[in-house]
Amino acid sequence: MSEVVLALRGVRKRFKDHEVLTGVSLALSRHEVVCLIGASGSGKSTLLRCANLLERIDGGDIELFGQSLLDPRIDPDRVRRHIAMVFQSFNLFPHLSVIDNILLGPVHALKRPRAEVRAEAMELLERIGLAARAQDYPDRLSGGQQQRVAIVRSLAMRPSLLLLDEVTSALDPTLVGEVLDLLTDLARQGTTMLVATHEMGFARDVAHRVAFLESGRVIEEGPAREVLDHPREPATRAFLERVR
Amino acid sequence: MSSAIDGEPVPPDLFASRRRRLLAGRGGLVASTVSGVVVIGGLAAVFWLAPGGATVRYFFFNPHFMWQAFVGDPSKGFYSVGLGLLTNLWIFAVAEALVLVCGMLIASARLSQSPVLFPFRLLSTAYTDVFRGIPILLVILMIGFGLPELNLGYISNQSPAVYGCAALVVSYSAYVAEVYRAGVLSIPHGQLLASRSLGLSHGATMRRVILPQAVRTVIPPLLNDLISLQKDTALVSVLGAIETTRAAQIYSSTVFNFSGYAVAAILFLLLTIPMTRFTDHLIARDRARRLAGA
Repeated sequence: MSEVVLALRGVRKRFKDHEVLTGVSLALSRHEVVCLIGASGSGKSTLLRCANLLERIDGGDIELFGQSLLDPRIDPDRVRRHIAMVFQSFNLFPHLSVIDNILLGPVHALKRPRAEVRAEAMELLERIGLAARAQDYPDRLSGGQQQRVAIVRSLAMRPSLLLLDEVTSALDPTLVGEVLDLLTDLARQGTTMLVATHEMGFARDVAHRVAFLESGRVIEEGPAREVLDHPREPATRAFLERVR
Repeated sequence: MSSAIDGEPVPPDLFASRRRRLLAGRGGLVASTVSGVVVIGGLAAVFWLAPGGATVRYFFFNPHFMWQAFVGDPSKGFYSVGLGLLTNLWIFAVAEALVLVCGMLIASARLSQSPVLFPFRLLSTAYTDVFRGIPILLVILMIGFGLPELNLGYISNQSPAVYGCAALVVSYSAYVAEVYRAGVLSIPHGQLLASRSLGLSHGATMRRVILPQAVRTVIPPLLNDLISLQKDTALVSVLGAIETTRAAQIYSSTVFNFSGYAVAAILFLLLTIPMTRFTDHLIARDRARRLAGA
């Protein structure tokens, strides 16, 4: 039986007088990959940030392994140690070398011994073929390499869940492939992922389910191929025609 | 007939003008030398040939009086302008260290987010507003003449130089705090998000991600403020501390010659110019690094 990792129930979020999320409900099971699709401004990024408690929500509930994250006893820092996030603009730390970028979270948030984490980090870098660049600073790497390091940085936290916010949107088209390949590998290994993306090909091939967002709510969701190839809702159909 | 989009059938003149060619290469060096000699020589000539030029040279730049002021002669009632600089130097050294620390503390308080720290946030904001708004001279006068009147034992029994130093710390900490704060605010928000998403606390994020980057960007403006602090140690003279400026003042009113001021000015230049050059060097290096990154 698949265990529910993350559940959003009627989540609302407003900035000033603009309501970005108008009641989003979504559940994510272990080993599942769910893609969030929708136009820019439909609330995909906000939803991911809310799930990570980087934004305070104005209504609804978020549960991680059945535990409500709105409980006042919750420590957001502890929550975030289980939910890793990768950003559109990488956000690597420019003053730290590649290896120190990866070690920061495990060593200073999880308080794990440096040497132990270091060995793991080198293994992860080996997997993405960047072990030789461990001592380099991020500005020496290409966009695709930086984003792969950012993904490895989040994996080093051994998260239960990976949130990916349009991680290929800031990349040169020739570099998109290497990042998507890494994500495909992760999906095959059973990493639980919630992926906001404009890459419909990736969504179709890798995602188990797809959720279409418009005006801050999930308009349609279902098995990836079903939603992408035979959308039921007119809004989904219109969106898919525009991006095709 | 060719259409407009084909351009001119005959290539246009691609040569630079005669004047531009003359100024390029070796010609540029000649031009800059000539213009330098003309401008600087012109200014010197005005100074030298002005109707009162000889008087000014005698009263302000006379080598004999300058030397006399530099070494000083307490038996004749005036102090050494050169030795006075030692007072400026220790005031600067102590004030600098304290300003860098206090400024950081004030900036941290102002940037704090915890509700518990609200009063500190309020106080630090008020502090920077007040002490950036009051002329340093007034702060020096108020502390220098105010604290002794309080009869607070140890605190009220310090030398004028100590009060002056304290006043500089009070005033400059406000400026330096704002420099630090600007540096922190210049770090992209994504850095904070990335660090917090790794589960680091606000404090750890500040310490390990934001501040290391912010300090690097604020080094040039910080050095600017420190250069300014070096010069402003002269203001402590109003409290009667015998530092360079005060010594020059005493010299001029004893011997009736102002050459001591020139000595003081030269001494300050000897202090500040290396630091200005160093700051410019850092700014240039930073710029080069940014351009290389882009």
